[in-house]
Amino acid sequence: MIRTTPFHPRTSALNETGLWQHWSGHLAASRYQSSDKLEYFAVRNAAGIFDTSPLYKYRIAGRDAERFLSGMLARDIRQCPPGHAHYTTWLDERGFVLEDGVIQHRSVGEYLLTSAEPNFAWFADRVGRMAVSVEEVSLGIGALAVQGPRSRDLLARLVPDTAALPFFGITTGSIGGRPVTVSRTGYTGDLGYEVWVETPDALAVWDALWDALDGRGVLPYGMAALYMLRIEAGLMLLGVDFDSSRFAFNDAHRSTPLELGWRWMFKGLAEDDRPFIGRRALEREIAERTSRWNMVGLVVDWQDYDRVYSAAGLIPPKDHRPIHEDWMVYDDERRRVGYAASTMYSPVLQRHVALARVRPDLGRPGTRLFLEFTVDHHYEQVAAHVARLPLYNPQRKTA
Amino acid sequence: MDRYDAIIIGGGHNGLVNGAYLARGGLKTLILERRHLVGGAAITEELRPGFSFTTFSYALSLLRPQIIHELELPRHGFLPLLMSTRFAPGADGDHLLFTRDHDENLREIIRHSPHDADAYEQYGHDLDRVCQAIKPLLDMAPPDIFSDDPEELVALASLGSRLRSLDRRTLHNAVRLLTGSAADFVDDYFDSELLKGWLASSSIIGSKVGPRSQGSGLVLLFHSLGEHDGEFGTWAFHKGGNGGFTQVLARAAQAFGAEIRLEAPVERVLTRDGEATGVALADGTEIAADVVVSALDPRRTFLELVDPRELPDDLVEDIRRLKFQGVSSKVNFALDGLPAHPELGARADIYRGFVNIGPSIDYLERAYDAAKYGRYSEEPYIDCAIQSTIDPDMAPPGRHVLSCFVQYTPYRLREGDWDIEREPMADRVQATLERFFPGFGDLVLQREVQTPLDIERTLGLSEGNIFAGEFLAPQMFFFRPAPGWSQYRTPLAGYYQCGSGTHPGGCVMGAPGRNAAHQILKDRGTPIG
Repeated sequence: MIRTTPFHPRTSALNETGLWQHWSGHLAASRYQSSDKLEYFAVRNAAGIFDTSPLYKYRIAGRDAERFLSGMLARDIRQCPPGHAHYTTWLDERGFVLEDGVIQHRSVGEYLLTSAEPNFAWFADRVGRMAVSVEEVSLGIGALAVQGPRSRDLLARLVPDTAALPFFGITTGSIGGRPVTVSRTGYTGDLGYEVWVETPDALAVWDALWDALDGRGVLPYGMAALYMLRIEAGLMLLGVDFDSSRFAFNDAHRSTPLELGWRWMFKGLAEDDRPFIGRRALEREIAERTSRWNMVGLVVDWQDYDRVYSAAGLIPPKDHRPIHEDWMVYDDERRRVGYAASTMYSPVLQRHVALARVRPDLGRPGTRLFLEFTVDHHYEQVAAHVARLPLYNPQRKTA
Repeated sequence: MDRYDAIIIGGGHNGLVNGAYLARGGLKTLILERRHLVGGAAITEELRPGFSFTTFSYALSLLRPQIIHELELPRHGFLPLLMSTRFAPGADGDHLLFTRDHDENLREIIRHSPHDADAYEQYGHDLDRVCQAIKPLLDMAPPDIFSDDPEELVALASLGSRLRSLDRRTLHNAVRLLTGSAADFVDDYFDSELLKGWLASSSIIGSKVGPRSQGSGLVLLFHSLGEHDGEFGTWAFHKGGNGGFTQVLARAAQAFGAEIRLEAPVERVLTRDGEATGVALADGTEIAADVVVSALDPRRTFLELVDPRELPDDLVEDIRRLKFQGVSSKVNFALDGLPAHPELGARADIYRGFVNIGPSIDYLERAYDAAKYGRYSEEPYIDCAIQSTIDPDMAPPGRHVLSCFVQYTPYRLREGDWDIEREPMADRVQATLERFFPGFGDLVLQREVQTPLDIERTLGLSEGNIFAGEFLAPQMFFFRPAPGWSQYRTPLAGYYQCGSGTHPGGCVMGAPGRNAAHQILKDRGTPIG
């Protein structure tokens, strides 16, 4: 049977649409009222609140926790002191991505890892003789994302340390008299935080948080708005923009971290002598330049887009709802050079945009390419240019 | 003496758009604004600490999408926030509430009339077809029908062939809208008086017509020509109100290199031998320029900034005959909370878009009757917008700003004058709101009133006409602002016009500013793509 999250009694009262979807075995609101775009704008212009409890969560702790994780995670966890979090990934021995997630270094030797799919066995089975425990705590912890330009001021009223929390910092405090952890993380590409609570405290925390937010322009947002926000933010979605190597039948469904645009995670790789799973393959990929793809943003040429629709006698649609399908990408000579897996019309950018994989030599911002889709049931190729990710990157996100 | 390639007189949205395009086209450009802030009628003012009022213009839809892209407005903070609902309270406590769920809206219509649901879809489709056909005309200078220039004849022919390419129904609907009354048009589709009143309300905005006047169809069509993210007829509030939008325009213009000078009222345009040579400011400063562009209304452009004796008599006469007849006022409120509707209460969601006080065509027409005889409406038409429900930065937590666009309040009152009638008129507005939202008066923290006289005094719009010249068929397209002068030029070489009094007209559209810039750059031999 489908589960509900610890906040469900409150989110279900707010969901006016009756629209829910299943996310990791839980009910998750698709949207709370008739307009997903309104919820999206709440995040971009004020603040939104999102129940992100269905994530898998693992507590990894013990004297050897750092040593263990530095061998398991591709990004160097030793650079993540207590009170900080990392966006990270873990690879297989061939250097392909198993998954990505955020890991919080909560206190010395104690970490909380979140992921989209189950990873307990993969971590637990590799502990060996190290003094580390891996604990499945998914259902014991509820999580709320509070995202948007107002999020800092609103949360700081409840958890004062939030005011000075750096990007990917974490702190603790209490909301409604219950202990919480606040991390400056999220999946929207905006200024934003996530509030982590013990499940029994969930409703008390929600109520106190909601009291503080209500009437201040904050709206609950659902999956539909989240999927819009994350594309603009250039954040990959498992099962859409990449798949886990573990369950892939062939390499077309595998990606290396470099192919996903995560080269920045390995800036210190040359100086860091740490052995980790996938390291050799990663080094070889860097040295031999064998990456097959470059993950880029595409921004569609508005005139060309209007042209193909107008020529067909149609009003050019500008639909903000993300399309999670493979749309082919071509170069100037109309050779196929990649594909986009996430496409949408971005209201803040006022353009159609996509997250696309292109041949590595075509990743330079400004490179002219063509995106293919159907108009009137036939293929059209429309001009686009390569843009750096994230497509939308407001200063406030990290300021 | 300072010297520029181009000087724009007036920093309203069209002046800013024009200046941005000219600067983008490589011209050393100066925009001169009389007041202490740019934006013209599209400004936001904090008249009470924490409360931001859209003093005059208050929503966005008609802005031409090309301008967003060509001037790279998203880089400068362009953020049109979707209005997610539309609400029309009826006279008897009944209402129509539209959300973003189309099927939900059809059910809402059926509640009033089963007949009107698919009629509503047909109406929307028919209107979209007409808008699709007409929109390209917004982005070009009208062909000069009085000229023998081959280029003009070609343009005219292409206009003709465009019309011929329309299907019969669309062309016929276009003509019915352009020449007929909105009441006749909506009567053909609908039964529900509430729905008809609602739809016909956009046929009177800013115009001295009632929904039953021939010509109101044109006003309805004009207000349907907008879009939000490609969705025709949909409106948005810009972040920070329309003043937030004009600040974005100003930043874009400056980014292209245009200079903006505030508190720099222009006294007159300097001319020599039938040619503009610059401007003289009120303080006596003279600034030279090859091109001078007036973003003011046609009366000021032709009769005040230059000496009418320098212009052909027929043009002067045409401009004198141009109708302005402002009938609109703004009454803006700071509120202590959300108004309560008798049936729906004080729910925030019903206020996330326009709230239309115009519950039937009779109601609108009666409101208009007063204007015919030089009186303001006892029960006015009101277009309400509580922008703080969409942009919470507009008011303190739990409090709100309410913008009320009010008709009819004729510029020329038969009895009394606006300095005397200002507050009594606003009392009528408040009493009307009290009728639809009992207890409304208790929420009022502050009230601000802008009559047509105030609009004229503060903004310089003649007779307070918000479109800088009424939307009447003989004042549109080929004839806006005057026959033979619809291509943004004037009889004085180097002197151009780019305000809402030129084609295609008013609203925060920017097309006049953009089209005029194209014409200027083309005349200088440096057309832009």
